[in-house]
Amino acid sequence: MRLPPLAPVFLGSLLRRRAVSGLSVLAIALGVALGLAVQIINGAALAEFDRGMRVLSGAADLQVLGPGSGFDDALFEDLVLHPLVAAASPVVEVAARRVDGGGALRILGIDVLRVGPVNPALLPVPADLPDVDGRFAAFRQDALFVSPGVQSALGIEAGEWIVLAAGSGQARLQVAGGLPAMAGQAVAVMDIHAVQTRFGMAGRLTRIDLRLATGVTPGAARAALGAVLPPGVRIAEPDESAAQAGALSRAYRVNLTMLAVIALVTGGFLVFSTQALSVARRETEFAFLRAIGIDRRVLMRWILAEGLVLGAIGGGLGCLLGYGGAALAFALLGGDLGAGYFDGIRPSAHLDVAASLSFLTLGVAAGVLGSWAPALRAAKIAPAQALKGAGTGRESHARAHGLASLACFVAAALVAALPPVEGIPVAGYAAIGLILAGGVLALGRLSAALAAQLPGHPVPVQLASARLQAMPGHVVVAAAGVMASAALAVAMAIMVASFRHSVDQWLAQVLPAALYLRAADSGQAAYLDPETQRSIEGVEGIRFVDFLRYDTIRLPDGGPPVTLIARPASRDGRELSLVGASIAAERPVWISEALADRTGLAVGGRLRLPLAGQERDFTVGGVWRDYARQTGALVMPLAHYREMTGDLRANNAALHLAEGTDVTTVSERIRTRFGAGRFELSAPSEIRRISLQIFDRTFAVTYLLEAAAVGIGLAGITASFAATAAARRKEFGMLRHLGLSRRQVGVMIATEGGLTAAAGGLGGTLLGFAIALILVEVVNRQSFHWSMDYQVPVLPIVLFVLALLGLAALAAVLAGRHAMGGSVVRAVSEDW
Amino acid sequence: MLEIRGLTRRFAGPGGRTVLDGAELTVEGGTIVAIVGESGAGKSTLLNLIAALDLPDQGQVLLDGVAVSALDEAARTAWRRAQLGFIFQAFHVLPHLNLRQNVALPLWLLGGDPAAHAASADRMLARVGLAGRERSWPSELSGGELQRVAIARALVHRPRLVLADEPTGNLDPARAGQTLALLRAQIVEAGAIGLLVTHSWDAARTADRIVRLADGRLQDLD
Repeated sequence: MRLPPLAPVFLGSLLRRRAVSGLSVLAIALGVALGLAVQIINGAALAEFDRGMRVLSGAADLQVLGPGSGFDDALFEDLVLHPLVAAASPVVEVAARRVDGGGALRILGIDVLRVGPVNPALLPVPADLPDVDGRFAAFRQDALFVSPGVQSALGIEAGEWIVLAAGSGQARLQVAGGLPAMAGQAVAVMDIHAVQTRFGMAGRLTRIDLRLATGVTPGAARAALGAVLPPGVRIAEPDESAAQAGALSRAYRVNLTMLAVIALVTGGFLVFSTQALSVARRETEFAFLRAIGIDRRVLMRWILAEGLVLGAIGGGLGCLLGYGGAALAFALLGGDLGAGYFDGIRPSAHLDVAASLSFLTLGVAAGVLGSWAPALRAAKIAPAQALKGAGTGRESHARAHGLASLACFVAAALVAALPPVEGIPVAGYAAIGLILAGGVLALGRLSAALAAQLPGHPVPVQLASARLQAMPGHVVVAAAGVMASAALAVAMAIMVASFRHSVDQWLAQVLPAALYLRAADSGQAAYLDPETQRSIEGVEGIRFVDFLRYDTIRLPDGGPPVTLIARPASRDGRELSLVGASIAAERPVWISEALADRTGLAVGGRLRLPLAGQERDFTVGGVWRDYARQTGALVMPLAHYREMTGDLRANNAALHLAEGTDVTTVSERIRTRFGAGRFELSAPSEIRRISLQIFDRTFAVTYLLEAAAVGIGLAGITASFAATAAARRKEFGMLRHLGLSRRQVGVMIATEGGLTAAAGGLGGTLLGFAIALILVEVVNRQSFHWSMDYQVPVLPIVLFVLALLGLAALAAVLAGRHAMGGSVVRAVSEDW
Repeated sequence: MLEIRGLTRRFAGPGGRTVLDGAELTVEGGTIVAIVGESGAGKSTLLNLIAALDLPDQGQVLLDGVAVSALDEAARTAWRRAQLGFIFQAFHVLPHLNLRQNVALPLWLLGGDPAAHAASADRMLARVGLAGRERSWPSELSGGELQRVAIARALVHRPRLVLADEPTGNLDPARAGQTLALLRAQIVEAGAIGLLVTHSWDAARTADRIVRLADGRLQDLD
């Protein structure tokens, strides 16, 4: 391919300023890599989840789904005989905890004789075990068939025995074979009757997979069969679960993608800085080119082409890094980047052409848009004046920029109040963009205001002050990248600190007891029957026990299951982490913020819930903060629950100890009385430690991004100062002629650098506070449906700003020294 | 009086050569000397040595009896600040300072009362025909006006020696004539010494003496 004749004139410039160009490329590459990696990881995890859902539902056209505690298995008889149904497969699903260590296990109880026509992938394949008749292995009440994923995750082989917490006791099961068609899924299968009897689900089903008769459409069957379903049981198409998982993780993905876009914006600012400085430096060159006949549009196109080259290289490099990063993240953090949406899924990175091209395009756009304003400036150069070397003089747009900046801030405040679009806080992101734009527009004024505070002496300071006041545009060029990265870093620091502080406070509030006892990880697999409850209460050293019952229920809105928590509670719900007002209702439920957003209900609202096969009305007594369940949860008094359902079992117990009794002694007594692995016992401090550990792991990616953004910002300001200092060698030379010492010129450059960085750093910090407010009050609230207390980590931010200023001033001094080196005094008289 | 005694400057390296080879010159106060010579003759080197921005291998420069090359760097900087004024072909007026500030810059460096500096700068601007333009910005001026600002800046602190490098190189003939006349009047009035480096014979003819730099030596032209 032959390059156009003018290519060396322009693209050669990029090579001449390799270091600065390299930084711009790096910034763009970082943004592209991060964004692409997030898409690849989330896409792969969703695809794997989707595949898993399809495999699990097999050839089912429809699925009947019930609450976690299940529904009466008599419904199966009604459905299997229905004329619209060709085949039906009953399922009961539990999550059981391994008593002998090794985590929880998702177990599907299936009817081996019925699962084949609907979902052949769930058919167990018996292993060749000695003394076991493989033909009937699937009917054994102690046989478990595990997917390859479970086998490798738990490190168990065919023939081995494992012990699970089951019902109010334990179940000893043998791994009797595998599920080869379930590769990539973490699931085990047992005979349905064995699951029902051994895991406390007698007479209950959690799901029925249906294959419809020939010619029956899912829509028609849904309507007809839906009419015979009891309250709390609904009928859905199998891909709805995958869609719900996608929706659930979408907000997390979008948030990370937006961070990547902000990193890209920082890259764009860096391109802007370097290109603007380059244009200023090449004014005479451009004037000459214009004088010899290059059209101003051609000039503009070539400068945009420079940005395009930077963006394309950065984008290409970013794509490579993105795939590398995705592979690394899969290995280190899993398919949900540590967020916990896809536990048990083992996805791997695949080439995503559409996402790669999208992010490559974004990278190119960052390069081209970053070059836009410099290209316009180059096109406007008046050849005669530039050739004369008179300079462009003082800028006169400060006032206009001040008004535009104010308009951006006002618009941000207004936009932030808008509701989300499809659960995505589009308006919040737009507000962040407006705040950044407003900040950049105000940067010149801020630096001028800071410069005006400087004393009139000594002369280097006076000169620096005059320059910053007269040429605010130069400050914008140098400090825009720093401002953007500082704003991002501070905003993220505040948001993460607010979140962490709120989670910590929340944990302290929801864990008031001295010790917590759990029968099972979740679901109905194991429980505390009334006798066990009494026995626990009787353990010496326990003052009183709050028993908690968990279930999942399905609301008529067709959304994901809602967690029901029945626990002892006062009429006004003061034990809960309530936000806002509350009322004392006759039959209260307290709904989580996520459920309040989902249902649109507020305090005093009426909520109809399916409970034990009946619809019952409740009053919303309050809204509580819940960081554990994003799809919604509700609390009701345990006494009401027991009265309405007759279910006296519990899953967890909060143990309040008698005065002078220590946790270790009571734990030991419980282990002695019930067996070592029967219950999971945790002290609140341990739960808090683990929770915060998970929290920190989840935010590991954002810390990494912050560090990278600040590093790039600082590198950017160093590059800007180096380029500016190089462009001003003649000015420095003239000042040396007039009698300024090297040191004085150095002081002048450092003062300018320090003030520029101060404007960028302080401005960025202020913007960071505003952006954090948007993140806390709008983005997180709308994405994840939880509120948090705005918390400023003062010391880290002060240290960050001081470090930023110090490093920037150091960078400025080094840049100045570089500029003053060699024959600077001769730069002014090159024509002598 | 400016005295240049046996000034020699050699540049090392593969392409190294002796640019000045025992150059001699004496100039009395109130005199303007034009220095002419072909490109590469060593005019830049000579001016750098006179301004104490470079040091000779041999010989010395004396201004009113002070051997500048014998001073340390800090003293040379202070000397340059007080004794020299510069006028460049490309003006080198700072775009971020207004005219008053540009002209007052040498006074700032010498220290003293800022109000007095401003008054001196305004007087100097008036003398070069820019009264009333004190708060204007360099971008608002023509090339001839910018060079007048440069002349005002070069003379505002009453230096003993004014070094002018092609001061009319960027001006049309009419403006060049006016500028040279102005420069001459100001230098003579101040009793200073003017060294005018130029390729233009028209410019050189406005000086009191014309000196040619060739083969590393200075030679008076009649």
